[in-house]
Amino acid sequence: MQISNLFFIIISAIFINNFVLVRFLGLCPYIGVSKKLDSALGMGMAVIFVMTMASVFTWLINHFFLSPVTGIFNYDLTFLRTITFILSIAVLVQFVEMVIRKSAPELYKALGIYLPLITTNCAVLGVSILNITENYNFIEALLNGMASGVGFTLVLLLMAGMRERLDRAKVPKAFKGMPIAFILAGTMALAFLGFSGLKF
Amino acid sequence: MKAIGEFTKGIIKENPVFIMALGLCPALAVSTSVENAIGMGAAATFVLLGSNLIISLIKNFIPAKIRIPCFILVIASFVTIVDMTMHAYLPPLHKSLGIFIPLIVVNCLILSRAEAFASKNGVGLSILDALGMGIGFTLALVIIATFREILGSGTFLNMQILPQSYKPMIVAILPPGAFFTIGLLMGLFNQLKKKNN
Repeated sequence: MQISNLFFIIISAIFINNFVLVRFLGLCPYIGVSKKLDSALGMGMAVIFVMTMASVFTWLINHFFLSPVTGIFNYDLTFLRTITFILSIAVLVQFVEMVIRKSAPELYKALGIYLPLITTNCAVLGVSILNITENYNFIEALLNGMASGVGFTLVLLLMAGMRERLDRAKVPKAFKGMPIAFILAGTMALAFLGFSGLKF
Repeated sequence: MKAIGEFTKGIIKENPVFIMALGLCPALAVSTSVENAIGMGAAATFVLLGSNLIISLIKNFIPAKIRIPCFILVIASFVTIVDMTMHAYLPPLHKSLGIFIPLIVVNCLILSRAEAFASKNGVGLSILDALGMGIGFTLALVIIATFREILGSGTFLNMQILPQSYKPMIVAILPPGAFFTIGLLMGLFNQLKKKNN
């Protein structure tokens, strides 16, 4: 029961409720960083990492400080959720950036410019809030964060692969660039709609 | 004269959604009905107004190095105000906008106006800029939502406008419809812009 539940969370986060194509979270990097495959891969890896970490930290903050039942203050501080979450994500991203710069310069070079951008990626704050509103426990929140990041990376890579080919396609002038990327995203969303039949 | 320009530029010429591609996530996610679009637009405009006002007032006290976290804190405070007010007075709207109310914090439109405009200009101009951008954002949302609501459920602001025999194109209110609508509208805006030049 427990295991199948976790499995369902993973499949659901990657395919059925894909963050980009179904929930509309993280669209800015999805459209902005999907022009080249390498940069898409770098961004995707950074997002998986930060989303997993953010899920863990925000869940702990909510559980031990904000929640009126389990929190140490015994007081309903949930109205502070937005502020504390965005602050902890900003701190986390900054911290991750410093650690990676010290310990893995190669990785830092690859992820470097994408890391600061992630603070304002709505997918990260989105997954943190969703974990709370869905009443996930710690393990579920962790898996949901990771799987959502994987789902984001999957569609980012697919999109980048298609856009590299799109460069050589004949597109009406007014649709060059962003408009055609959205049409492409629309067809991808249609395809992903098929996964919604995959209810357990 | 300059003041009028700062106000009107956000509505069409630098429309945040269609031209600058800012704040796309809420623009696509909540544009399933015109009612939601107006609610989201009003919420974002309020936050934008508040953050531009406060940031233009305190811009000289914020150290340059930590300005972004400071901006985010100011924005988050206003978002919390909107969140709690809407929860108290408009619970159905709060429910249908759901997670996208707290996510106004990371709406790139608001942070980019704080960084690009309010931290460099005076209070008056910042308020005008915020109003113009907010109206432009609301307008864009309403335009997208109009297409999606009419095609997807045959209604406009919950009033039936297409005949009962019309079979709603469900796909228009599903996620793909949002992507198609904004892609086509952006193309249209590009075409119009080119003609004007």
